[in-house]
Amino acid sequence: MLERTSGFLLDERKIDALEIGAAILGTGGGGNPYIGKLRAREALRQGFKMRIVPLETLPDDAVVVSLGGIGAPLVSHERIKEGKEGLRCIRALEERLGISVDAVACEEIGGQNAMEPLITASAAGLPVVDCDGMGRAFPEMQMTTYSIYGHRSTPSVMCDLHGNVVIFEHAASEKWHETMARACVVAQGGASTLASAPMSGKFLKQFAIPGSYSRAMALGEAVLTARRAHADPICAICESENGRMVFRGKIADVSRTIAGGFVRGKVHLTGFDQYEGDEGSVLIQNENLVFLRNGAVEVVVPDLIVILDVDSGEAITTEMLRYGQRVAVLALPCHPLLRSEAALEVVGPKGFGLEGIDYRPMCEQERERVAR
Amino acid sequence: MYRLGIDVGGTNTDAVIMAGRSVLAGVKAATTEDVTSGVIEAMEAAISKAAVERSKITHVMIGTTHFTNAVIERKHVNPVAAIRLCLPATACLPPMVDWPEDLRQTVGGHRYLVRGGYEFDGREIAPLDIDELDRIAADISAKELKAAAITSVFSPINAAMETAARDHLMKRCPGLRVVVSSDIGRIGLLERESAAIMNASLLELSGRTVDAFGRALQAAGLSCPFFITQNDGTLMGAEMVREFPVLTFASGPTNSMRGAAFLTGESDAIVVDIGGTTTDIGAIQRGFPRQASTVVDIGGVRTNFRMPDVFSIGLGGGSLVRGTGGATSVGPQSVGYRITKEALVFGGGTLTATDIAVAAGRASIGNPAAVASLSGELVGEALAEIVQMLERGVERSRISPEPIPVIAVGGGSILMPERLGDLRVIRPENFAVANAVGAAIAQVSGEVDRIFSLANGLTRETCLKQAEEEAREKAMRSGAAPATITVIEREDVPLAYLPGNATRIHVKVVGEMDGVHA
Repeated sequence: MLERTSGFLLDERKIDALEIGAAILGTGGGGNPYIGKLRAREALRQGFKMRIVPLETLPDDAVVVSLGGIGAPLVSHERIKEGKEGLRCIRALEERLGISVDAVACEEIGGQNAMEPLITASAAGLPVVDCDGMGRAFPEMQMTTYSIYGHRSTPSVMCDLHGNVVIFEHAASEKWHETMARACVVAQGGASTLASAPMSGKFLKQFAIPGSYSRAMALGEAVLTARRAHADPICAICESENGRMVFRGKIADVSRTIAGGFVRGKVHLTGFDQYEGDEGSVLIQNENLVFLRNGAVEVVVPDLIVILDVDSGEAITTEMLRYGQRVAVLALPCHPLLRSEAALEVVGPKGFGLEGIDYRPMCEQERERVAR
Repeated sequence: MYRLGIDVGGTNTDAVIMAGRSVLAGVKAATTEDVTSGVIEAMEAAISKAAVERSKITHVMIGTTHFTNAVIERKHVNPVAAIRLCLPATACLPPMVDWPEDLRQTVGGHRYLVRGGYEFDGREIAPLDIDELDRIAADISAKELKAAAITSVFSPINAAMETAARDHLMKRCPGLRVVVSSDIGRIGLLERESAAIMNASLLELSGRTVDAFGRALQAAGLSCPFFITQNDGTLMGAEMVREFPVLTFASGPTNSMRGAAFLTGESDAIVVDIGGTTTDIGAIQRGFPRQASTVVDIGGVRTNFRMPDVFSIGLGGGSLVRGTGGATSVGPQSVGYRITKEALVFGGGTLTATDIAVAAGRASIGNPAAVASLSGELVGEALAEIVQMLERGVERSRISPEPIPVIAVGGGSILMPERLGDLRVIRPENFAVANAVGAAIAQVSGEVDRIFSLANGLTRETCLKQAEEEAREKAMRSGAAPATITVIEREDVPLAYLPGNATRIHVKVVGEMDGVHA
């Protein structure tokens, strides 16, 4: 049985920090968490409790459901949710499977999906497990460590704000689940909430990315503290994440094309400060996927590539990238669970159709650099 | 034929008289509490300095921070009924949810959520709930509210429901002033709704202000129409300002940058406005300020207005200069407006950046003998530091390796060297009243920003063309001369994470005000 007093409770300050941390871990995608932050704050003000429990304290037999929003971030900024979509997902899943959910897990800590589990769990009186399935943002549902390491995410439930409840009974593969859900989102107005088939505590302890919420909040807190002290927030992020600044420059060009709901593109950067004379570029497909310096590949997905405003340290989403912006590019190492052969098939360069680009973990490059 | 440009800033009210492209006279007066007496003083001084016949002044253009300040100071802000057409969507976040508590209370916190609104593809979320609107109308009458703001989900795609709700409410509540969000903002519900509510809360003030400006002009014997500049540097007719005061927010920096570009005839440049304490730096592209991409905060409220991307560094004419021997620092502390008492050249005891400029022979202000004894080493180091600060700032605003010019304006521009790195520096005449010039030369715009679905044979190109046509029509309705209309922003951003090839298109056009041939 999950202890009711373990872990820690969230307050508004922690939600503010989470907003910043989640935006950074969004690596350019995942949508802006601002609306989610407001919803979480309203829930706290109405007296709902948000509790985060450590992954390792989860009993093996705990029944945990992961959930998140699916659809276009721009839609969710205009047609804001009704508010109980996630709760309806949990209830429908419980009814369909005859289970009682013990805790909620996060699919994707990067971007606006960091907030939905907190809001839904607080409404259901459940805790949220300190973990997620990506450690960042990825564009598709099969790209979680849950799916990669064998969890079958159907039966699942998708709810919209109208009261429509769709159960995906069985998908032939995780990719099929993603394809069918994506089609359904359009009919439901472009932004819905989806809860996947439950996972056991035992499975999660092995295959979830641990500490995602505490990490995102520590990251946000580091930025807030640096801003208050008028210190460099970019340094604070690198220190908090064991990351490295790889470039500072101005955006010289942004090109985008649209294909099947995914925006592909390339950002060209002209270096300044210590990178004067260097050319940088970032390949994007909703998120930032590859960083190249003077044409040579340097950082590759699943390692995290973050583009930040050079002055404020605020993360810039790929939709907001504009010609002439002054940015810093950071590289943060991904979790080892994303670096296995099985994981790289799905979330490595091959998973994104990036032919001819090989993944070299930045932590290895770092070791070589230090050795030299 | 003359134009009169007026800029009402926080400290100074500036006025210029222009004929075609030339500035006949520029003057500064102090801004007054009632705004209008400062305007009258500056205007009269400019007219008499230029010695022009009043009957030949054909246009008056005014830039003002009056409405922004009203929100920031929570003054002259009236209660508003905030009505959202949305349910069941958006129920979790009511209007004004992210406003500072004091401003929300000033505006009254009257919030109503109604069934209605649209999906991104134009379907109705729900039919408009007329019965609920009737109940709201009764409540508005009972509370004696004088203004309402109506916001429908996805109204930038289809404004029909907002318009229908407005017409219905105005029938039920005679005399009620109603603002619809699609007239004001872009996609982004909370930001657009907040702008509409702020606008409604300022309607009484805008009415009074426009009347006062009108009376001031009449008192000065000017019977021509007058216009007020918007935050994007284009004009609205006085009657538009009555309806849309929020569109004037942050027009100040825009006017200053546009004025600087105009005075030098450069359309691509970096504008450096050096004041007493800080220097504002921004880039001009095709004669317009480059826009900031982040949300803009007005009095603690997020809005999605387009504002110029200007950043400040702590360098000005009054910046303190300290230390020697390779450790000379300049700013960010400054004597500010006390410079005329505290700087060495004015008989004070504080070494400032202005003193360094005088000692180096860059300018002759005050008493040069007072700085004659400064060591050559100190002056050299301080100058080098000033140049480096300016260079870094300009370099950050530069958007291409093209050697575009740097335009220096503002009272502290004596600190600017003749060249900055590989860039030449231009100092226009009348640099001190660049913002009033910016108001006098402002143009008229039209804008379209909405989601187009690339289906049924529609291509990106046909949608862009359609958007451009609509933007042109809007500009012409606002008074632009058709032959002068050009496109200054054209952007399409495909919607991420969604199949169906929907794309968000934003087009903006500008043209000369009909009858103004600059």
